[in-house]
Amino acid sequence: MADAPHIPDEAETRARWGDFAWTAENAKQAEKVIARYPAGRQQSAVMPLLDLAQRQVGAETQTQGWLPVPVMEYIGKQLGMAYMRVYEVATFYTMYNLAPVGRYHVQVCGTTPCMLRGSDDVLAACKNKGLVKGATTPDGLFTLTEVECLGACANAPMVQINDDNYEDLTYDSMTAILADLAEGKQPKIGPQIDRQTSCPEGGPTSLKKMVSENHDYRGAWA
Amino acid sequence: MTEAPAAPPAFVGPLDDKDRIFTNVYGFQDWGIDAAMKRGDWDNTKALLALGQDQIIETIKASGLRGRGGAGFPTGMKWSFMPKESKDGRPSFLVINADESEPGSCKDREIIRHDPHKLIEGALVAGFAMRARAAYIYIRGEFIYEAKVLFAAVEQAYAKGFLGKNACGSGYDFDVFVHRGAGAYICGEETAQIESIEGKKGQPRLKPPFPAGAGLYGCPTTVNNVESIAVSPTILRRGAAWFSSFGRENNRGTKLFQISGHVNKPCVVEESMSIPFKELIDRHCGGIRGGWDNLLAVIPGGSSVPLVPAAQIMDAPMDFDGLRGLGSGLGTAAVIVMDKSTDIVRAISRLSYFYKHESCGQCTPCREGTGWMWRVMERLRTGEAAIEEIDMLQEVTKQVEGHTICALGDAAAWPIQGLIRHFRPEIERRITENKGGAPMMEAAE
Repeated sequence: MADAPHIPDEAETRARWGDFAWTAENAKQAEKVIARYPAGRQQSAVMPLLDLAQRQVGAETQTQGWLPVPVMEYIGKQLGMAYMRVYEVATFYTMYNLAPVGRYHVQVCGTTPCMLRGSDDVLAACKNKGLVKGATTPDGLFTLTEVECLGACANAPMVQINDDNYEDLTYDSMTAILADLAEGKQPKIGPQIDRQTSCPEGGPTSLKKMVSENHDYRGAWA
Repeated sequence: MTEAPAAPPAFVGPLDDKDRIFTNVYGFQDWGIDAAMKRGDWDNTKALLALGQDQIIETIKASGLRGRGGAGFPTGMKWSFMPKESKDGRPSFLVINADESEPGSCKDREIIRHDPHKLIEGALVAGFAMRARAAYIYIRGEFIYEAKVLFAAVEQAYAKGFLGKNACGSGYDFDVFVHRGAGAYICGEETAQIESIEGKKGQPRLKPPFPAGAGLYGCPTTVNNVESIAVSPTILRRGAAWFSSFGRENNRGTKLFQISGHVNKPCVVEESMSIPFKELIDRHCGGIRGGWDNLLAVIPGGSSVPLVPAAQIMDAPMDFDGLRGLGSGLGTAAVIVMDKSTDIVRAISRLSYFYKHESCGQCTPCREGTGWMWRVMERLRTGEAAIEEIDMLQEVTKQVEGHTICALGDAAAWPIQGLIRHFRPEIERRITENKGGAPMMEAAE
């Protein structure tokens, strides 16, 4: 598969991550997660624990994080799962990074609703900033991925960078977001035009009272 | 036989604000529990539960609510399939599908981040009605902010005593858990979702057994869409007759529409079911970009349903039966609008790529077919194909459709069938202009 991640050398990975263990805070969080599922069903916690581990690796490496093999083995042991069952999950879901990524993982939605509203321009802005699909910039700052529908179609086109959505993008606003991040500044999250979430631009066509007060409409119920 | 008296004309919008369920849909106000209670959520939920399981299910049935996740199965009937008592000690579960990933769909996101207490209260009411022990809300992994809100909202509900032991003072014990996905469209399929909650890769199960018999952890389970659950407390408060006063027969209620693409103002908005397409767009989206003459086609229900050409959609009622009558469907009411600047073949080909990317790989027709169909679609897009390949592609979509465990194969086939049905001359034009078409090539890589 051409777009398969380049999984790093195992010996190097083991040397770096062989003694992975939860931080004290994450160890507590892991226990809390496992408790959400019935006794004996702790395998259910594998997805949230992979996410937690990826975030811990990210915090240690100043990136979005990824899942080295020893980390997956660690989770498998905690949950009493064969390593292969953990690996099976990690490779199935797209949000688990099987190889290191940059400080910012720029995930541009390219599916039709975003395409119709100009995701080509968003990708062009990335390209112009030196980002290449499926690769990390030499300075380690940006990894670019074209992803499938992220469920913000009324605010298309959009990009998710690490945990944040940037919506209603243009070539210029995407360029500005990347420039801000490169300078260590936090861009405004959400719609990049003057707009409240998925409300029509220019103001709501319904529920106008809600703009200024937490209106209770029950008074008008028949 | 004498003719039945003519029914009064159905109410098809526009909806009054007082009849909108999701009053904080745009998040102008706080999502938190105190603000939500001022808007009417968690208002004497104990009294709703006191109606009793059977009465709740009867009310939902009578309201005409059909599942909001796309298939449109009657929600009350689905709840009634759950066992009334456990003969072998197995608990029952409610799973709430918040894995909103259908291209075009972005309504559950608004419910979760702006009105989460409607969903959580609905989880209790629905879970109680189907005698479930707990609800798992499966939220797609990419909804990171939304999941944070949902986790916090659930904690708020516990802190008030609305969930947990003796929920809302009803004497009924009920838990709500949030489970985050990690990026897989297929986990929106109910049995794949169950597999995913169990900590496995999300591949759909063969049915039977159906989830109501053996679902999550082998226990009776019902999987419902976020919107179906979140509207149910309001239906119980205002009555089945209120909800069923909107929309046409068999298509009742209010609905969150999500309009994306080439309208002047894309948005999410709650409207009456059966609202005519043109009115929906003119009233809430500022019309079609470049005017109504510039409309090319519409995908009315999310990527899985076939497109409808401009002339046919204009006055169509936006509901299950109206759109099925046009060879398409309401799906999740994710309306993708395309004007005449659209490269229509590319628009559909990009969806083919989506299905190729999201096929779970379990069934051969889908695993192989989605990639094959996308590659041919790309050649049709550039015109580097032979005219005969159009029919061959149509034939392959028919071989994929109906031959897979879940509906992803069907969903990959239908947009292509819709394109060929309505835009064959455009595909042929590209091939002809590409100097009469290239020689037939082996399709497989």
